[in-house]
Amino acid sequence: MSRVTHYFKSLLLIELFKGMGLTMGYMFKPKYTVRYPMEHIPKSNRFRGLHALRRYANGEERCIACKLCEAVCPALAITIDSAPRASDGQRRTTRYEIDLFKCIFCGFCEESCPVDSIVETSIHEYHFEQRGENVVSKLQLLAIGDRFEQQIAADRAQDAAYR
Amino acid sequence: MLDQLIQQLVWPIVYILCITLPLIVAVAMFVFWERKVIGWMHVRMGPNKIGPFGLLQAFADTIKLLLKEVILPTNASRFLYYLAPLLTLIPALAAWAVIPFSSRMVLSNANAGVLYLLAMTSMGVYGIILAGWASNSRYALLGAMRSAAQVISYELAMGLCLVCVLVLAGSLNLTDIVNAQAGSKGLFDWFWLPLLPVFVIYFISGVAETNRAPFDVAEGESEIVAGFHVEYSGSAFAIFFLAEYANMILVSFLASILFMGGWLSPFPATWGFIGHGGVLWLFIKAFVFSFMFLWFRASFPRYRYDQIMRLGWKVFIPIAIVWVLVAGCLKYFGLVSIGPGV
Repeated sequence: MSRVTHYFKSLLLIELFKGMGLTMGYMFKPKYTVRYPMEHIPKSNRFRGLHALRRYANGEERCIACKLCEAVCPALAITIDSAPRASDGQRRTTRYEIDLFKCIFCGFCEESCPVDSIVETSIHEYHFEQRGENVVSKLQLLAIGDRFEQQIAADRAQDAAYR
Repeated sequence: MLDQLIQQLVWPIVYILCITLPLIVAVAMFVFWERKVIGWMHVRMGPNKIGPFGLLQAFADTIKLLLKEVILPTNASRFLYYLAPLLTLIPALAAWAVIPFSSRMVLSNANAGVLYLLAMTSMGVYGIILAGWASNSRYALLGAMRSAAQVISYELAMGLCLVCVLVLAGSLNLTDIVNAQAGSKGLFDWFWLPLLPVFVIYFISGVAETNRAPFDVAEGESEIVAGFHVEYSGSAFAIFFLAEYANMILVSFLASILFMGGWLSPFPATWGFIGHGGVLWLFIKAFVFSFMFLWFRASFPRYRYDQIMRLGWKVFIPIAIVWVLVAGCLKYFGLVSIGPGV
């Protein structure tokens, strides 16, 4: 009996029509596509994007050259040199470079930082035009921090309760 | 003399251009429509960047293809390699000569129109075989062999389906075939009703003939890259592409003409305005059928090669042969109303 029903089922193309009904239904569903440059999907405040070095409110840079980030970096993307600062003899970095080609955006540097200096911002749209631009210097990182400080601080404040 | 020249040469050329140029534009829009429909069925949007709603996408692709270099593979047979795309395209376009768009609009009202169509659609397979052989590539050869075997098998089933139509209509002329479907009941006078299984077989065979999904083993991307046209690039590839889509549109038109009453209106003639036949009805019907091609492609997974052969030889041909007999009986006992075409 089952052979007979199978025979008629396949001869009358019933399952094929069912499948076509399904695809026709999907044709009129709302589409999942996000038209990216015009539309964005919401981003988490924990998003780990381009790096930045932050400053205190008085303009003093936070980084104290403890090199914990350099030590914890699994991809060895961070290079730090340090020396006493000429003006007041404080221990500061003379060189702080991140190779963005090596970086895997794990966020360990941010977690290891005792003074919340190095952070990963939510910026993910950036590009390089020249060879070597992938290595970002201390000045560039500080500039990114200065420019997006509000956003960075807001993201950190939102997440503070869960840290 | 000059009058004769114009009569014999200039007007036919004008008519030919009037058919082929819109056809080529139709192919471009059809490619765009295919990408849109399949996108929608995948819950995507499809191309929407170039031109309003992405309408110019197909033209951008065409220009890109035409500007690209045609690369001749090493040890390829030069003459046949360049001949093959033309051998595919020319029959695909030539077949349109006998298609009646309405009761008067037909380039050549040939008495043996159906035979001519069968001959032309069969010619296309030579282009495919030559393309596969001349490219000097294993993938291309395998694709060509699969494609040829498939087209030849399904042509038999298709031919038997046409025999059913011919038995009912009693003519090989496509205009007569459409006229034979005319009647007072509109939609229910057409041949799809008495020939329903044959109509389904015809359309599925048409899908197989044009090597479209789910019968596209000839270009099975996961196995043999792209089949017979792997080695073709640029404008040569564009010609294959054009031929394939022109064939799809042709099969859609043929299904409308042979089984769905061509330019006839689906409503009874007494219904006034919408009861009148016209070229627009033919286009609507052909559009629905060509939409089915895309719908199939979005819905069904690819057949295995032996399943394709089984379906063609062990299912379609027996059913079609039985229905030739049924059609003969219907005609002999006068159970089908045949219009004034005969």
